[in-house]
Amino acid sequence: MALTIHGLTAHEMHDKLKNKELSATEATKSVLDRISKTESRVKAYLTLLSEEALKKAEQVDKRLAAGEDLRPLEGIPMALKDNMCTEGIKTTCASKILHNFIPPYNATVAEKLEKAGAVLVGKLNMDEFAMGSSNENSSFYPVHNPWDLERAPGGSSGGSAAAVASDGAIYTLGSDTGGSVRQPASFCGVVGLKPTYGRVSRYGLIAYASSLDQIGPVTKDVRDCAWVLGAIAGHDEKDSTSANVPVSDYSHALNKDIKGMKVGIPKEYFAEGLDEEVKAKILEAVKKLEDLGAVCEEMSLPHTEYALPAFYLLAPAEASSNLARYDGVRYGYRDKNAEDLITMYKQTRSQGFGPELKRRIMLGTYALSSGYYDAYYLKALKVRTLVKQDFDQAFERYDVIVAPTAPTVAFRLGEKADDPLSMYLSDLFTIPVNLAGLPAISIPCGLSQGMPVGLQIIGKPFDEAALLQVAYNFEQNTPHHKLKPQLEVE
Amino acid sequence: MSNQWETVIGLEVHTELKTKSKIFCACSTEFGGEPNTHVCPVCLGMPGTLPVANKKVVDFAIKAGLALNCEIKEFNKFDRKNYYYPDLPKGYQISQFDLPVCGQGHLDIEVNGQTKRIGITRIHMEDDAGKLNHEGEVIAQAESSLVDYNRAGVPLLEIVSEPDMRSPEEAAAYLEKVKAILQYTEVSDCKMQEGSLRCDANISIRPLSATKLGTRTELKNMNSFKALQKALEYEVERHIELVEDGGTVVQETRSWDESKGMTVSLRSKEEAHDYRYFPDPDLVPLVIDEKWIESIRNSLPELPDERKQRLINDYDLPKYDAEIITSSKDLADYFDHCLDHFRDAKKISNWIMGELLRLLNVNDKEVADCPVAPKELGELLHLIEKGTISGKVAKQVFEEMFASGKNAKQIVKEKGLEQISDTGELEKIIEEIIAANPDPVSDYKSGKGQAIGFLVGQVMKASKGKANPQMVKKMLSDKLG
Ligand SMILES: [Zn+2]
Repeated sequence: MALTIHGLTAHEMHDKLKNKELSATEATKSVLDRISKTESRVKAYLTLLSEEALKKAEQVDKRLAAGEDLRPLEGIPMALKDNMCTEGIKTTCASKILHNFIPPYNATVAEKLEKAGAVLVGKLNMDEFAMGSSNENSSFYPVHNPWDLERAPGGSSGGSAAAVASDGAIYTLGSDTGGSVRQPASFCGVVGLKPTYGRVSRYGLIAYASSLDQIGPVTKDVRDCAWVLGAIAGHDEKDSTSANVPVSDYSHALNKDIKGMKVGIPKEYFAEGLDEEVKAKILEAVKKLEDLGAVCEEMSLPHTEYALPAFYLLAPAEASSNLARYDGVRYGYRDKNAEDLITMYKQTRSQGFGPELKRRIMLGTYALSSGYYDAYYLKALKVRTLVKQDFDQAFERYDVIVAPTAPTVAFRLGEKADDPLSMYLSDLFTIPVNLAGLPAISIPCGLSQGMPVGLQIIGKPFDEAALLQVAYNFEQNTPHHKLKPQLEVE
Repeated sequence: MSNQWETVIGLEVHTELKTKSKIFCACSTEFGGEPNTHVCPVCLGMPGTLPVANKKVVDFAIKAGLALNCEIKEFNKFDRKNYYYPDLPKGYQISQFDLPVCGQGHLDIEVNGQTKRIGITRIHMEDDAGKLNHEGEVIAQAESSLVDYNRAGVPLLEIVSEPDMRSPEEAAAYLEKVKAILQYTEVSDCKMQEGSLRCDANISIRPLSATKLGTRTELKNMNSFKALQKALEYEVERHIELVEDGGTVVQETRSWDESKGMTVSLRSKEEAHDYRYFPDPDLVPLVIDEKWIESIRNSLPELPDERKQRLINDYDLPKYDAEIITSSKDLADYFDHCLDHFRDAKKISNWIMGELLRLLNVNDKEVADCPVAPKELGELLHLIEKGTISGKVAKQVFEEMFASGKNAKQIVKEKGLEQISDTGELEKIIEEIIAANPDPVSDYKSGKGQAIGFLVGQVMKASKGKANPQMVKKMLSDKLG
């Protein structure tokens, strides 16, 4: 396969920029060119910023020409999920209700990356308000999996994963509330990290479920993941739930081997519902970790089965309140035919939100209603505590926990669209991590039916370094991350 | 028959805190800016923005709590109160539900010379909403409405009392006292006309001997102390009439209609909102440690009850005077400042309680806006003491000072109001009066001593009140004696 510029990882591109083998403008042009050839089929983008990106690349080139030092992510073309606010740039959440919304402010992550010299090429497609597991809930159009255009890329950060998998961005950011970075990363054969809750500022991330949402990188390899995490992590005084914990040198963690590391294999993640071939790939990966010196041991996270139902009470409950502001009064879509306030509210919201949002708003409103609060919301909170305790206890004995990211490989578009329950089950293995607020990464660990399988590594709070260390050791000793979808170009 | 019923009242007082910035963003809290100029993405509730609690607001809440003898809760949190209204940018208010910043407390009120203790249930922090401006007189006829979000996110405290008040007067006294304490601690301006002090009431009646509470109604929209008292009086009567006519009180929320002088039903218990309170996941719980509380306790100023006692002890003021003067911090400060310019506390007190409060009341002004500075009042009192003007003329001068802002000396000089103590000038007037009133003169000479009062009066009248009455009396009795 001929080496292409858009096919480079961020760190490879950085080296070429540094050695003046490549300019930021060339890099950006290459990625934009790639997008123009693949986008009509992948549909990863909602907004393309070709002109702005080239302008930014030019600025970087000028800086470099003036002899200034190249910063790690400087000049690298990247893209953001469209639920991260970008000043002066349309931010829609893939929802009709925000179809025309242009924020006058930047999300903290957008601000940080912009200052780091990143070249923003566009805003990425997603499930409406990050609610979904297939990207079919986008109000505009679904994303297609670059490995098989008939299949879903996963969700809700389907655009983020598909763009990276198809070389339509060198890296992207996604957001993960119940697996929305990891599951699409798994489906598209790329690296996706959900940091510890509080590791990355949520300021400017349009909320789905505030106590669970976390922004994370989607990259082509683990080193890139470490770089991007290092650039976006840290305390933010604009987000009081962001943690005042020092940011580790994540690249440094990659240099360590994993000899003697204790790895827990939770038996609940290998039970009913897990595809046999996926299971085989995961067990193969576990074997590989053992070969590399890790000590793997079967263990139990007993409350796993309650995580999914608890999540589908807590997340919709928070969403029902978070989405109340989309009322047609101040911004976004408004039904102009309504003649009184209540009708305006009702019409705006029933026309502006898609069916999955309405389902979750109703679920959440119900769970918080007086008379039901204790039985649903409060009980779900108690389950959340138990799920967290399972992990706390496990981490007294293990450094990391390894499991499948998703129970299957990418399913077909339309396959689960009319069956919300079966759709929800695709997040079975990613949801407990969000409830417990832990970091977890999904990395490619082989193919099944020609589709990528993701290996999930779960870590202790704020120990992203350990995840990256295990992931990097696995990646460098296996060929999986080098596999690319054979996407025909026009 | 109404004397067999007992009235039970509890109040919910909402007060805007006078922190410089809003509760969850850095916008100014200043009143009266151009619409939507004190706003930012956070207080407009724009997508993706997050609230960050203003520590000053918590300081103020602790301060108010300590001044109201409340327990300060070490662990408290913010909750979302969900409802739709165009003035509410997020679709929910951030408030405190089950774990508020302050728990049980109390304050003492004086009604008819009796001290009574009123319990406080809790105090919590919350954010204010914006303001709707309807294009038209009445909302129902408005063509459109505009929203001003300048107030959105201004910090509020809600102080909830126990149902310990037994009359509208007690309720008004309680509200006065809460207001005084909030002003003394400088956590709020408590300007009812600007909406920085608002009050809802829960009211019920029960037979005098009963211990169980009757069905209550909740009253809203009382925008002044007078309105509060009138609304409560109206509602007591309404409850009693209903029950005595064999009916029952319906639990509901009612609104005070100032123009009609009556309460009208707003919504029934069945129509009450389900606010779906739950912990706000965007804000971390607040932990208030002993050190924090101590530092606030050390910053507490003298409170109304302490100050009242000081006035009684240090200046020998009657309890009644001290109570009125300390009922507002501004008034008590005014009194203290007068003392810098005049040493007779009782005389100052008389003037404050008499002329000053009367004129403020008539002109609908606050002490803070009083056109007569304490120094000016002190000078006026000096003029009386020196005999330059009489007490009667002084009242006239004070009114003039209040109206024009000129000082006493200036007015006395301009209008030639100095008391005539010049014996030569007085001599002339007295001669004329004696000549013009032969009958009273002979009455006096024949031993009817009281006739001199009439003659003094005539001299005063002839001098247009400027004669020194003591001198007139002395000169008259010398002349006729
Ligand atoms: Zn603001």
